[in-house]
Amino acid sequence: MLSVNLGDGSGVSAVLATEALTKRYRRHDALSDCSLEIPEGHVVGLVGPNGSGKSTLLNLAAGLIRPTSGTVRVLGETPAASPAQLSKVGFVAQNTPTYEGLSVSDHLRFGAHTNPGWDHSLAQRRIAQLGLDLTRRAGKLSGGQRAQLALTLAIAKRPDVLLLDEPVAALDPLARREFLQILMETVADHQVSVILSSHLVADVERVCDYLVILISSRVQLAGEVDELLASHHRLVGPREGVAAAPENQVIVDSSYTERQATLLVRSDGPITDPAWIVEAVSLDDLVLGYMSQGKRGGGPATAPEIPR
Amino acid sequence: MIEFYIDGHSGVPPYMQIVQQVRRALKLGLLFEGDQLPTVKEVVGHLAINPNTVSKAYRELEHEGLVSGRAGVGTFIAKSLNESTAALGPLRHDLQRWVAAAREAGLDDDSIEALVRECFRSTSGTVVA
Repeated sequence: MLSVNLGDGSGVSAVLATEALTKRYRRHDALSDCSLEIPEGHVVGLVGPNGSGKSTLLNLAAGLIRPTSGTVRVLGETPAASPAQLSKVGFVAQNTPTYEGLSVSDHLRFGAHTNPGWDHSLAQRRIAQLGLDLTRRAGKLSGGQRAQLALTLAIAKRPDVLLLDEPVAALDPLARREFLQILMETVADHQVSVILSSHLVADVERVCDYLVILISSRVQLAGEVDELLASHHRLVGPREGVAAAPENQVIVDSSYTERQATLLVRSDGPITDPAWIVEAVSLDDLVLGYMSQGKRGGGPATAPEIPR
Repeated sequence: MIEFYIDGHSGVPPYMQIVQQVRRALKLGLLFEGDQLPTVKEVVGHLAINPNTVSKAYRELEHEGLVSGRAGVGTFIAKSLNESTAALGPLRHDLQRWVAAAREAGLDDDSIEALVRECFRSTSGTVVA
């Protein structure tokens, strides 16, 4: 595992560290006051509705855009600060862009030419594994093959972190599975950290062990998936019990009928009150709970702190 | 060699599903001492799941003494589990009598299940994890 401390004195090295990071376009905030510290060695899922700031955060981390205020550091350095920093970051933008008129082998040559750490044998192995014809133009590839080519280019530069913006959104289920298989094999082989955005919670649930929920340009929740699932519960009970919900709980989302209350709560300890039926929640429940909270304008004021 | 699967709708964390599948295979006599489990990379390439999930499952199994990892070689079954079925007999007998008593008291299957779960929670607090 990589644990190089890059001399900024932060101690534990973070793959992505932001502080009050804000990106403003004319009148609207694409990202507001985002503070995160994501340790290395995770596959991070960035989820949230369209326009919630996922792409903005990834573009800031890739150094493609500059913050309006606040700071962003990737592996302890400012994004795109130097060629050395750039070589540590593999980025695949939304819609997995490739050069239509160039062949697969042209892409590999281009990759070799622009990346000092280029691993040509790895690139060739991947292409062979995918069964791609080296002479074929990228414009003639299927969506799944183009995505795989873009991923291969990002992987073969042997980065320490891969940033992927909605990498599988446009793919059919089989191509999606194949893409994620290759991605996970890469993580297993090279211990690369990954930050990927997706609105497909089922995929996130399989591949991610760290979750960041962004809603309306703000971070609503961030933490290791296991910890988040262990600390959230669904409570079903009589409606009058709501006022008596124990103190160590934060109600994230709630729905009521005349008599019954269904709550999504975050709780630090076990819930022993016999008035409530306590159930485990899935990642889907969690994401939807926070999303509907955001929609009603519950806002970050009532969102629980990030567990550390 | 065992092949894992992940049920995305079960509500059971993926790492725990792998742990349970190994335990079950041991109890059913499908895995024996010395058998090798698939490598992390093999599982990951097959299921498209996070490698940490597989490592965590294998660590949990190692912690339970069911498997042992050999550096650079792989993960192997450390002991067969069939003998534990001996202890199951009396427990099953007790439980059957208890279930019969619960039915006689007028509880239906759902209520019985809810009661069992409630007892799990109140006696241990941490069933999984």
